[in-house]
Amino acid sequence: MKTSISDLVRGVLQSDRRSIARLITLIEDQEPEAFLALKQIFPATGRAYVIGITGPPGAGKSTLVDKLAKHLRRQGCSVGIIAVDPTSPFSGGAILGDRVRMADLAIDPGVFIRSMASRGSLGGLSWATADAVKVLDAGGMDYIFVETVGVGQAEVEIARHADLTLVTLVPGLGDEIQAMKAGVLEIGDLLVVNKADREGADRLVLELETMLDLSRHENSSRPAIVKTVGTTGEGIGFLWKKIEERLISMKASGELANRRKERLRQEVLEIWQRQLWQVIDSRLAGENVDRLLERIVKRQIDPYTAVEQILASIPPRFKNLWGGELRMQIRKIDHLGIAVKSLADALSFYENILGLKSAGTEVVEDQKVKVAFLPVGDSEIELLESTTADGPIAKFIEKKGEGLHHIALRVDDLEAALAELKEKGVRLIDTEPRYGAGGARIAFLHPQAGRGVLLELTERQE
Amino acid sequence: MSQSKKIRVLVAKPGLDGHDRGAKVIARALRDAGMEVIYTGLRQTPEQIVAAALQENVDVVALSSLSGAHLHLFPRVTALLKEKGLGDVLVIGGGIIPAEDIPVLKAAGVAAIFTPGTATAAIIEFIRANVKRT
Amino acid sequence: MFKEKVLKELQEAVPAWEARVQNTLTRHPERSPEFTTTSGIAVKRLYTPLDIAGQDYAHDLGFPGEYPYTRGVQPTMYRGRLWTMRQYAGFASAEESNRRYKYLLEQGQTGLSVAFDLPTQLGYDSDHPLAEGEVGKVGVAIDSLADMETLFDGIPLDKVSTSMTINAPAAILLAMYLAVAEKQGIGFDKLDGTIQNDILKEYAARGTYIFPPDPSMRLVTDIFAFCSEHVPRWNTISISGYHMREAGATAVQEVAFTLANGIAYVEAAIKKGLNVDKFASRLSFFFNAHNNLLEEVAKFRAARRLWARIMKERFGAQDPRSWMLRFHTQTAGSTLTAQQPENNIVRTTIQALAAVLGGTQSLHTNSFDEALALPTEKSVRIALRTQQILAYESGVADTVDPLAGSYFIESLTEEIERRAMEYIAKIDAMGGAPRAIEQGYIQREIQESAYRYQMEIERGERIVVGVNKFQIEEEIPQELLKVDPAVRDLQIKKLKEIKAKRDNLAVRQALKELRQAAEGEDNLMPPILKAVKVYATLGEICDVLRGVFGEYRAVESI
Repeated sequence: MKTSISDLVRGVLQSDRRSIARLITLIEDQEPEAFLALKQIFPATGRAYVIGITGPPGAGKSTLVDKLAKHLRRQGCSVGIIAVDPTSPFSGGAILGDRVRMADLAIDPGVFIRSMASRGSLGGLSWATADAVKVLDAGGMDYIFVETVGVGQAEVEIARHADLTLVTLVPGLGDEIQAMKAGVLEIGDLLVVNKADREGADRLVLELETMLDLSRHENSSRPAIVKTVGTTGEGIGFLWKKIEERLISMKASGELANRRKERLRQEVLEIWQRQLWQVIDSRLAGENVDRLLERIVKRQIDPYTAVEQILASIPPRFKNLWGGELRMQIRKIDHLGIAVKSLADALSFYENILGLKSAGTEVVEDQKVKVAFLPVGDSEIELLESTTADGPIAKFIEKKGEGLHHIALRVDDLEAALAELKEKGVRLIDTEPRYGAGGARIAFLHPQAGRGVLLELTERQE
Repeated sequence: MSQSKKIRVLVAKPGLDGHDRGAKVIARALRDAGMEVIYTGLRQTPEQIVAAALQENVDVVALSSLSGAHLHLFPRVTALLKEKGLGDVLVIGGGIIPAEDIPVLKAAGVAAIFTPGTATAAIIEFIRANVKRT
Repeated sequence: MFKEKVLKELQEAVPAWEARVQNTLTRHPERSPEFTTTSGIAVKRLYTPLDIAGQDYAHDLGFPGEYPYTRGVQPTMYRGRLWTMRQYAGFASAEESNRRYKYLLEQGQTGLSVAFDLPTQLGYDSDHPLAEGEVGKVGVAIDSLADMETLFDGIPLDKVSTSMTINAPAAILLAMYLAVAEKQGIGFDKLDGTIQNDILKEYAARGTYIFPPDPSMRLVTDIFAFCSEHVPRWNTISISGYHMREAGATAVQEVAFTLANGIAYVEAAIKKGLNVDKFASRLSFFFNAHNNLLEEVAKFRAARRLWARIMKERFGAQDPRSWMLRFHTQTAGSTLTAQQPENNIVRTTIQALAAVLGGTQSLHTNSFDEALALPTEKSVRIALRTQQILAYESGVADTVDPLAGSYFIESLTEEIERRAMEYIAKIDAMGGAPRAIEQGYIQREIQESAYRYQMEIERGERIVVGVNKFQIEEEIPQELLKVDPAVRDLQIKKLKEIKAKRDNLAVRQALKELRQAAEGEDNLMPPILKAVKVYATLGEICDVLRGVFGEYRAVESI
């Protein structure tokens, strides 16, 4: 039996654990329903504090999360935990083992733990994490911990998803220095030296202090270094106190609000990129890549050229706007309109000197113009003379002098073309078709849209 | 978008025995078959297993026991799953389990029991054929 | 070892022979393009003196009972005294186990081996919620000294050697054993036996840990220190490769990881201020015996030589007894199949033979029905008879180290030693076994081997008779031992009685002293002994230690 979206959303908002769990799965599976639900729960988000935890493997991240969560539970707060582990690039499967060290929390009704696989996210951290955080947030969790895999690029990404990030290190693993080189330290709002009962803990603290002295931290943002022993819980209370202090000061200084805004900006960009990518990928890449791959394998073509070819093979109508489907087609230049002071004078040049033939003159009352059409190959030149002193052509000449007034492009279905342009937010002068010279149906676009040129769309029976 | 759907399996060791070779080999084999495996570690109570299954929204719960406590523990898990509305989750079991206990466990809602010597390929096949997707 | 002339001739003769063999090969190809041991060591068609040309008899083999002990730790080996036939047993209640011990002693078994149920191994009393369904299942349930008194009722502790498979709470069970001896009026110095007490392999493979590694190592070394003073004949640890092998390790990994753990214990004890020769002679080892007969024999010999060298050269031990690797062996439970279970009797025989040819000090043979359930009395008897047939009928016990000098065995012994040393060097570089375990390295290596082994079977590259070849349609036998679920009720009743009967003020006082000792640095054995004597329960004592030390959760390392 399938639950409806509204039931699911209601469930999440009422902190129903089953609904929370199922919505996260829909998000992971990229089901369209997930996005409908996310739209609906969004207003209920933004309440929880999101704390990122990262650090090298073996640093005791899960144990710290476990102990911090228990600490918060004693204060009556609810806690959500998202633990991210890598997806195997070979099979697409994953083994998610972070629950092992949080086993007692599993049955606590005030705690929700979810393990997530990175599922091939470009940056390492699961893109679904941000959405899963929203679900837990809307589901009423006061604090949400996001624990990452602890190597490389993912570290930097986590900082974007969190209000505050802890970087966890331990003495004696030998890779502290490497971690610092990888820039991990820079994202830490707090540095935790875990397993501090170990030999070398004080030395590590000292090394970290020295590192911090060298980097450009303003006094207020210099990360505190906190020593903990995850297994016994020593130092956890103090660590939480430091976290809280930091959150309070970030709130007062406006930094928290800034970070959250930045996070949303990143999310919008991520969604935008993801959807854009899907469009490109589904419509363009698949087949082309398969076709070209054989040739690349045989060294008949190199990967760079191959991509160039794929790009070149993109149908021209896709090239302008990626955001929506392009339906209208411009057939040809219908005519070029030239504003003249005197039709008779202009015709003497175009007919007598250039040898073009006027197809006759016509007065368009509506436009306060008298026009003449001179066919040129498949197109025509239209000469326009104002019939009154305040007509649009008179005003144009007054401002700019005689010259090119507009370019008319032929379309098959003017209504459809206008509708499509409206949909894409193009600025129009005529939102509905009207009649122009020669019984054609026409509409003008705003000169801004044509980049300084007045464009006219024309539909006419041949 | 169905290619992004993954079968999620909770591999759990109820009870106190620490022999997790089988559970870990299965976990790896399932991962290599493209599934997402949530491993809970040792010494899980039925309550913890079911809570994890719910939070992780898994399709399958795979239980392993070598201490002889399966008759006590496996039916507790299936009963609790039903109680939480997770009756459609596929439950399978493995370990040192005498043949005479298998009908008892099946009656309690364990879909299949895999004893030592079972090929992991057979388990993967069984999961794929029997997983109930909603 | 061989005359230059002989080697020189062989250098030409062997390639010439190989060339002649090519003709045969074109007509009769070999069964497989390559043969390897379970550790992945390539096995050649033929071994000759050339393969052990670098071996120096005095340096690499020596004499039995002499450094480097490749040929055995005693000069006469089984000509003097057979290995101890020690069947791991312990069922349900202390009363039932006591009856079983008396039966086994009457049957000619020469040592006791106590298996504890899982709640006991994990420091929970039988009434703990987690103990539900587990009480008495894989061994005897011990909640307090009262159960231990029942377990050894009528068995004079100075007349038996007792091996207890207990690790995380080893100190507590040892204290209970000592308290029973005291009640029987037997001095600690008359006690003979072993506690497993090998916590590192619990983290690496077996999974029955309680506390984090550092306090666990403290408990281990506290036992070393206490016993070197008060229980001099007690084997304070049985450094175990058995469970790592069961978890999937290869023969090479079994040697490497066991000795790496051994090194960690020696270092911890030295760091605590103990003199290496004061405790090293009480270290014992526990290995697995698998089906690949010759690799297993070579494994035991390599382990013995490598440990002797480590103790003498790395730790500078002076006392020859510190150099000796004495070990117990159990046949490989993981090789037993549920299919055609009688075949397991044959497997166990080959494995037991490997252990005897490898010079084991004691041996447990598995019962053939263990892949199905806990063994019956009959299957346990067959297992014991297997050892007796080897001892009295096969003749392999009549000379020392009979396979020595085999070109293949000696070459394989060297190769296993070399590969194990490589692993140990790698673990040293990580900061020793505890750190390697903490980083999940050893677990990953073992799981990798386990997975590879499983896949080889599934692809048919490795044959397991009755499982992936030579299968039959069969009914699984029904003659299986069942543990009465009432055991838990009985244990809980006894627990209640003891808590009502004992001096609870004394218990509280003893537990308080234990807590203070745990928070400080004093040896924990005396306060534990004091607590068990006033009938503080195992669970109560472990709870105190849990409160001070915390509990350990595994590193996930799949």
